[in-house]
Amino acid sequence: MTMTLSSFFARVDKPVLAAFGCIIVLLLVGSLYSSSFLSPEYLLQQLQVASFLGLIATGMMLVVLLGQIDLSVPWVVTVGGMMSTAAAGWGPLGEALAIPFGITCGMFMGLISGFGVAYLRVPSMIFTLGMNAVAQGLMVLRTGGFAPQDHSTDTMHFLATGRSILNIPNALFVWIAVGAATIFLLGRTTFGRTVYAIGNKERAAYLSGLPTQRVIMLAFMASGGLSAFAGVLLAGYSTKAYQSMGDPYLLPAVAAVVLGGTNILGGRGSYIGTIAGVILITLLQSILSVMQIDEAGRQLIYGAVIIGMLLIYGRQKKVS
Amino acid sequence: MGDFRYWLAENKGTLLAVAVFVIMFGIYTGNHTAGFSGMVVTTAANKGVLLALVAMAQTLVVLTAGIDLSVGMVFVLANCLASQLVVGSALETTFGVVVVLLAGVICGALNGIIVIYGRLQPIVTTLATGAMFYGIALWLRPIPGGDVNSDLADALTEQLPGGIPTSLVVLLGIVLVVWIPLRRSEVGRAIYAIGSSEPAAYMSGVNIDRARLTAYIVSGLLSACGGLMLTFITYSGEASATIGGSYTLNSIAAVVIGGVSLFGGAGSAIGAIFGAFVLRTIGDLLFVFDFDPLWQPLFQGVILLGAVTLGSLRLLRIKNRLDLFG
Amino acid sequence: MDANIPLFQMNGVAKSYGGVRALEEAHLRVEAGRIHAVLGENGAGKSTLIKIMSGVVQADAGDMALDGAKILFPSPKAANAAGIACIFQELSLIPDLSVADNIAIANPPRRFGLIDRRAQRRFAEEALARAGAEDIHPLAPVKDLPLSRRQMVEIAKALARMPRILILDEATSALTAGDVAKVFAVLKRLRDEGLALLYISHRMQEIDELADDCSVFRNGRHVASYLAGSKSRNDVVELMIGREYSHVFPPKPNAAKQGAPALEVAGLCWSHQLNDISFAARPGEIVGLGGLDGQGQRELLLALFGVLRGVSGDIAVNGVVRRARGPRAAKASSSAMALIPEDRKTEGLMLPMSVRDNLTLPALDSLARFGIIDRSREQDAVDTMVKLLAIKAANLDIPVGALSGGNQQKVVIAKWLMIAPRIILLNDPTRGIDVGTKQEIYQLLRKLADDGATILFYSTDYDELIGCCDRVLVMYDGAITRELVGAEITEHALVSSAFRIQEPGEIQLG
Repeated sequence: MTMTLSSFFARVDKPVLAAFGCIIVLLLVGSLYSSSFLSPEYLLQQLQVASFLGLIATGMMLVVLLGQIDLSVPWVVTVGGMMSTAAAGWGPLGEALAIPFGITCGMFMGLISGFGVAYLRVPSMIFTLGMNAVAQGLMVLRTGGFAPQDHSTDTMHFLATGRSILNIPNALFVWIAVGAATIFLLGRTTFGRTVYAIGNKERAAYLSGLPTQRVIMLAFMASGGLSAFAGVLLAGYSTKAYQSMGDPYLLPAVAAVVLGGTNILGGRGSYIGTIAGVILITLLQSILSVMQIDEAGRQLIYGAVIIGMLLIYGRQKKVS
Repeated sequence: MGDFRYWLAENKGTLLAVAVFVIMFGIYTGNHTAGFSGMVVTTAANKGVLLALVAMAQTLVVLTAGIDLSVGMVFVLANCLASQLVVGSALETTFGVVVVLLAGVICGALNGIIVIYGRLQPIVTTLATGAMFYGIALWLRPIPGGDVNSDLADALTEQLPGGIPTSLVVLLGIVLVVWIPLRRSEVGRAIYAIGSSEPAAYMSGVNIDRARLTAYIVSGLLSACGGLMLTFITYSGEASATIGGSYTLNSIAAVVIGGVSLFGGAGSAIGAIFGAFVLRTIGDLLFVFDFDPLWQPLFQGVILLGAVTLGSLRLLRIKNRLDLFG
Repeated sequence: MDANIPLFQMNGVAKSYGGVRALEEAHLRVEAGRIHAVLGENGAGKSTLIKIMSGVVQADAGDMALDGAKILFPSPKAANAAGIACIFQELSLIPDLSVADNIAIANPPRRFGLIDRRAQRRFAEEALARAGAEDIHPLAPVKDLPLSRRQMVEIAKALARMPRILILDEATSALTAGDVAKVFAVLKRLRDEGLALLYISHRMQEIDELADDCSVFRNGRHVASYLAGSKSRNDVVELMIGREYSHVFPPKPNAAKQGAPALEVAGLCWSHQLNDISFAARPGEIVGLGGLDGQGQRELLLALFGVLRGVSGDIAVNGVVRRARGPRAAKASSSAMALIPEDRKTEGLMLPMSVRDNLTLPALDSLARFGIIDRSREQDAVDTMVKLLAIKAANLDIPVGALSGGNQQKVVIAKWLMIAPRIILLNDPTRGIDVGTKQEIYQLLRKLADDGATILFYSTDYDELIGCCDRVLVMYDGAITRELVGAEITEHALVSSAFRIQEPGEIQLG
């Protein structure tokens, strides 16, 4: 019995366990403030909110596993939201294609980032930063001169806020579908294996005859697409797209991935951890707002708690 | 002769940034309706110096092969603090300046301590501390406002009798007092050493922790200098996440354009300063050529991507594909 | 000097890494004015021993004494301060800094609290001169120097610290023969000046030439110490490995291979480093690449594997001229070429990934359908390889970095055997692994050849070329200068052709 238990703990990363532990602590702390904190309704609502972050964090995790980072999240989210609502203004066909169009635009941005990182060998930190500025520039141009159509379609609204089965939010189903696909992708496919290999040592992956550059480009494309998808849903959630709607998502996405035990230098991490990280971050934000702390205090506590949690379990091994 | 060759190779990136800036600024002043007037230069200089200081701050950390995503927030925090404290009598003002700079040092030290002793990655650490610094800034100044000692502000942001912008002199002073001695000191060399190869530096008996902590502290100090200058220029403080974020991002762009290696160990704060000037001049150029200001963000992004993509031309010379992977 | 108190002494020192004992009950006695050689297989504990001596790692137990006084080194800095300088196998130079900066890194000359660059440069020039490397410019960035020059800088840097004990860990492995001669002269002079030198090398000739005292380590334990020259080479080898040194190589087939060549190269050129290379290799042959280190052998293998750009000339596989555009194309099934790279830690393996995941990387495509990995086929393939190469791992899910060096190298070879390669390129595959594993690898290579594979085998170890290869192509300055076949492959012929010395009897070794 102890054998199986210890082998179970050896297989599940300690950071992942710690992240789930922190979730429980947060729930307990939250329940002290409000009795409704542990109610199914509240928790489902949290999971709905978490779904948007979950999509973004999924893309971020893919990129972080490669040892890269995607700083273009804020404006690619906005691109997703704005482009899908733009398509919605082009008549019935546009309305029908609004969601895929928004996602495709994000994938295209991601594709360019991926090309820059994989083939031009520009550090992702700087290239995605540039892509973020380009995306911002394009969106500013679009909204600056005139007031464009910015209302989401009914489908977007339904996907983001509706509840079809068992009162479970549709957005959560979206995240579950994307998450399941990602777990399969990382664990069972050549693509996933290649992602981990590149994150560990790209040189060795290349010499093993793996298509490293293509995989890097595809991972960035996925990240862009997922960010845009989140943007589409966010636009559906608030019925419209607006500038800087993606700004509040960069730090939480990175934090969720890292708190979930993924090595920021690449090569190690599990999707279960990212799920834990996303829920953790969402709960933390929720508690801070339930406690009615002002924005200043929220930012301060938010940053401090992330640092604190990482100090507890996210430390690197000492080099010697 | 041989010595010069090595000097040139070492400072290639810096010299390139200087050259690009000189050309761009030439075009700018040549086409500006007011010509090469004092006002034009002073306004441009003030804007450039702010980013230059933050870019210098970024350089220090980047040299250690880290990244500081909190520089912009330290800058904003210093701005908010200065708009509260740097007022009143000479004594009060001096006290205020000291406190603001000290706050920068503390922010930097906090980053450094977490990275060194907490063994967290710089990018995650500074992303989180950045949120904390912003929180403090917001607490200090929930709505924009405040004041600053206008005598000091005017003295530092206008012109010297010769028409030279005072802010440039301030920047030069900071370079001479902070950067040059650091570059030439053992700690400074250690900063380059750990960025270039930390294991080798450790085996060589380099005091790694001291060097890294120094880098973060000086980074915080320089960001705070920038925030102080911002207050002198705007006469007020504003806790704006947008300003902080854009300075952080632009500082990274400036560092790259200035020829500092994001992998650490190579480059110079002088290069980063000119990288910052180049970035600032882009906006002014657009203005001079009557571009719709709406185009500016796109233009900056494209220029940044263009600059880093130009660096990829070196790939064409690579004959062993393994060199692609560093 | 009091004969009873040695300059440096270590007693009962032990060190384990994560439960694995690297060193136990280690004893060492180092006298001033003598060169002390430390011998042992890889994994014998030599590296750990010197890491403890130089403060890079700390011992778990035991004590050390300098001049009879107990000492502790919490960091390399402390060891340096006590007068122990070490030249590491992995270089300790900082690539972006200049040679002068590197030499004076620990304790630069200062003026007004800042580094005095002029004095530092003089200091560096003196140190370079002491090491016999005046040709290196003190302002050159280290990253622009070739490996052999860097090694000389490394030696100059250690000397600049004016150490009392100088440790050299495989310090000559990257050096050219001319540099080795210079370094040996320097080392002998230092000994005469009263330094104690601790010398670690796998090259027996070097130890024969230099050492005054020898200590042998095996499995983390001190086995014997003796005066140099008091034991025969064979005795020493047996002390190290505890078994006979003969029978290491499998027997070679007698008849030369016939049939169409699997690999034909004609007029291959690349960037001054490969000049007009032409040769052919047949299935069943092990063709060696010989010559001094760095004469283009690695580049030749990389060119065949499609890693180099701008290669001219023809490469024909099974009679079809083609040019692989990278490892991915090279391993494709029509030719199934494999390259066992030189450095397993950076090029061969993903150390933190599991043994299983490492093993299947090159063969992923064949183990997957529509990109989805077939787990049972993966398991079968992995099991086959683990059995074939007798890879010793607690289980297949532990990180490959936790295996011993020899087993790691087996994983590198096994992962390439997964694609059933017909042409196998090996780049010094036995560097830094123990004799037992080496022996297994030799046998495996012969078996693969007998099964019809074509093997191109570069080795820096002449014994290996002699023992393993049917033919050896000796390279010099990017060109093949001599081909040795069958009985012609002798140490004498290899060395003389490596140095391009035609007449026997005039061979001058460092």
